[in-house]
Amino acid sequence: MIAFLLKRLMNAAFVMLAVAFLAFMIFRFFGDPVEMMVNEQATQSDRAELRERLGLNDGLLTQYARFVGSAVQGDFGISYRNQQDVMTLVAERFPATFELVIVATVLSLIIGVPFGVLTAVYQDRKLADGLQIGSIVGVSLPSFVVGILLILVFSVSLGWLPAFGRGETVDIGWWSSGFFTDSGRAALILPSISLSLFQITLVMRLVRAEMLEVLRSDFIKFARARGLPLSVVHWRHALRNCLMPVITLTGMQIGNLIAFALVTETVFQWPGMGLLFIQAVTFVDIPVMAAYLMLVSFIFVLINTLVDITYAYVDPRLRSEVAVKGGSAHGH
Amino acid sequence: MAIDVPVLSRWQQSDLWWSFQQRPSAVFAVVLLAVVILTSILAPWITPQNPYDLAALNLMNSELPPIWLDGGEYPYVLGTDVQGRDLYSAILYGSRTSLFIGALSVLLALSVGLTLGLIAGYYGGWVDNAIMRLGDVLLSMPFILIAILISAVAVQMLPSHLRESLTSLILVVAIAVPSWVQYARTVRASAMVEKGKEYVQAARLIRVKSWRILLHHILPNTLTPIMVAATLNFGLAILSEATLSFLGVGMPSDQPSLGTLIRIGNQYLFSGLWWVVLFPSIQLCLIVLSVNMIGDWLRDALNPKLR
Repeated sequence: MIAFLLKRLMNAAFVMLAVAFLAFMIFRFFGDPVEMMVNEQATQSDRAELRERLGLNDGLLTQYARFVGSAVQGDFGISYRNQQDVMTLVAERFPATFELVIVATVLSLIIGVPFGVLTAVYQDRKLADGLQIGSIVGVSLPSFVVGILLILVFSVSLGWLPAFGRGETVDIGWWSSGFFTDSGRAALILPSISLSLFQITLVMRLVRAEMLEVLRSDFIKFARARGLPLSVVHWRHALRNCLMPVITLTGMQIGNLIAFALVTETVFQWPGMGLLFIQAVTFVDIPVMAAYLMLVSFIFVLINTLVDITYAYVDPRLRSEVAVKGGSAHGH
Repeated sequence: MAIDVPVLSRWQQSDLWWSFQQRPSAVFAVVLLAVVILTSILAPWITPQNPYDLAALNLMNSELPPIWLDGGEYPYVLGTDVQGRDLYSAILYGSRTSLFIGALSVLLALSVGLTLGLIAGYYGGWVDNAIMRLGDVLLSMPFILIAILISAVAVQMLPSHLRESLTSLILVVAIAVPSWVQYARTVRASAMVEKGKEYVQAARLIRVKSWRILLHHILPNTLTPIMVAATLNFGLAILSEATLSFLGVGMPSDQPSLGTLIRIGNQYLFSGLWWVVLFPSIQLCLIVLSVNMIGDWLRDALNPKLR
């Protein structure tokens, strides 16, 4: 187990170093950092001094090591655009993204699981066919189109729900939450639906596949033979045995959802990390881009590693095999 | 029916054709996709306007609604946007761009993925390790993030006179880079299985060159899952391109793809010009939906377990 743990952690560290290298290369060679930071009046010697102070004259490897060192401490430098500390900027935006992702995840479970069970149980009925077609439509609808359509219907035509922003937020320490005000909750509805749609279909398909498998097993036949009502057999006995993969998938998808939230955040002008990143891309604000890239990849790698380790802990067979790979299901 | 044409009759007796006929959604999807592809190829001949040609746009005709509403004017069947661009023409030209980028990026990812996967699986050792590690790193970052970064960095690095002509190719690369890994993994797995089989050993024994063994012996045996993955990824590629363009890191507004049209339309969401955003969105959804339906059908039809 210890060998597996070490191997898996080494793997994660390697991936993070590679991502850091990418972020570093973008930072170092995508435009000259000195030119980005000084104003026009700066003299040649000012520039040279800044260059020396930033350590840009050192060897490339030294610079990379320093970049990794300060990234580990959460120091990504100063934003080119508004001269603020990058980590503060990102930390300010994190609660907005996190709340959106959590609500979308919960939505995907409470809608996806029952629908998945229904499509598996009523295989040959119209309802199941309808849901099956619905799931393929769900995969095919781009999330930004869903967002725009939702705004068009519920904000522009009906005027029921707000189309942008987070509404009023309540500060709890450094965390700003939209859960505690009416306008905050109303503002969450449309973005979370549009973010969760793809995830719902994913959960639905997984639950369906797992259910079909479980329904064929002996203990289900036995339960039915005992004369238990079908609803109890399906919803208690069978469903309970499908939940493990669903929980895994949901956990692993959180990283994807955080990344993918940037599209939803752009549509709804939701003040999260993704919107910050997209604005940074437009303004070539490289420290912010690098920080976002590192942070999202870190969450991604962290979750995948945790899932692998948990699995190896639960199922000893996996320890001897090569590390389990995950995260291949990606959104659009 | 020309039954005596051997290829055709073989096709008519095949399982694939049979399962195709059994599946109305597949028939619908193929017809729909064929219509979309044909109309976008024929776009210059069947549209009233070239939406890329700024001289053809007339501000007098801007913000016209679709023809069935009050104020709609022929030939602007689906209405016009704020620059007086005919929406029907823009959608057909936009689909052309979207389909082109989608298809090219799948081809690029396929050729890179198949080559690297075959090499990794057949030779093993450190080559295998290096290629698959690279794949691991790519898969441990979200797809959309890699594509945005590549596209944004490449556009900034290029001199401005090259930028316009190369944007679509940048997008092709940006979408292909995170997606080749899937093909490589699939092909690698089958190559590792196939290389131990007798027919490959026999070929080796009579000194068939390695690349020949890879291309003529191993590759054909791995094509079925690859075909399904490629079809589904074609849909994903079109979606990715649209998403990038929507976010403003894709096609510029003077050569709009469907995603760009939706981004432009999105700016006028609150001024009552709903058609500017709705029609391109519908076209995009129809394209991706039909591709996915075809992919789903192929997956079921080619899956030996379900036969």
